[in-house]
Amino acid sequence: MSLSAAPFDKRVVLRDSLAVAIPVGTYGAAFGAAAIGSGFSVLQTCLLSLLLFSGASQFAVVGVMGAGGSPLSAIATGSLLGLRNGLYGLRMAPILSLHGVRKFIGAQLTIDESTGVAGIGVYFFWNLFTLIGAVGANSIGDPSAWGLDAAVPAAFLGLVWPRLVDTKSKIVGVIAALLALLLIPVAPAGVPIIATALLAIAFGWRK
Amino acid sequence: MSTLWIATIVTSLLCFLLKFIGYSLPESLLNKPRVQRINLLIPIALLSALVAVQSFGSDNSVVIDHRFAGVAAAAVALRLGANFPTMMLLAAVVSAVIYRI
Repeated sequence: MSLSAAPFDKRVVLRDSLAVAIPVGTYGAAFGAAAIGSGFSVLQTCLLSLLLFSGASQFAVVGVMGAGGSPLSAIATGSLLGLRNGLYGLRMAPILSLHGVRKFIGAQLTIDESTGVAGIGVYFFWNLFTLIGAVGANSIGDPSAWGLDAAVPAAFLGLVWPRLVDTKSKIVGVIAALLALLLIPVAPAGVPIIATALLAIAFGWRK
Repeated sequence: MSTLWIATIVTSLLCFLLKFIGYSLPESLLNKPRVQRINLLIPIALLSALVAVQSFGSDNSVVIDHRFAGVAAAAVALRLGANFPTMMLLAAVVSAVIYRI
């Protein structure tokens, strides 16, 4: 009898692990490098991945701080982006019905980018590659010479792209981008980003 | 404590609380159509604003530079169905090349 039953096949395990590791790793390394480019230390960068563990929120925090925004702007933007994790947890809670320590861990691993509750593999690779990206960026010098300053907005574009599923979401996306650009010259750093949350509320108020 | 530490710790705590509260509240409380609609639109608005600010913002001015070339390449790649790592790598390469020219 062959031992190729799917769950035990080493090649399948390896392939599945790589399928998770490559996208999570690229994104995690980009975050690590972006955080260093924004002035965060390696320790702070790794703590963001360990404690915050939500890609969009992490990128937002380092993006706003890197642009010279106040911590309040960074916290508000990061937390507003974290709201959806909470609402995702609300949907997952009855399905998973976790209690005690498992609820604590389950909540921390909840992100909606990947598979809902990401699982320990994503958490592991995310943190490993954050460290690699951070240490790497510490040694490359000028981030612009390596395209890092374009990789960060590209990451945001990649996160918003699959969300632009209907006319309304596309309109909100375009208006938010334009509003942010209009506000850049007149508002303190960070504010042009948070202000667009009001657009989301206005457009979401009615169907 | 530096502003970077404040941003790191407070955002981490708040985001964990949001996740934990999501697991702890009764589903009916927030499961309203209006809340769901706004919840879908908030990341769209914030992420779009972040794309714009990170692509064109430079202190308090709006500039078009090497970053725009990288992000435009990323948009084309996404349009053609590229995956996340490919798209980001392309943005970095195009931007770095323009920057170094």
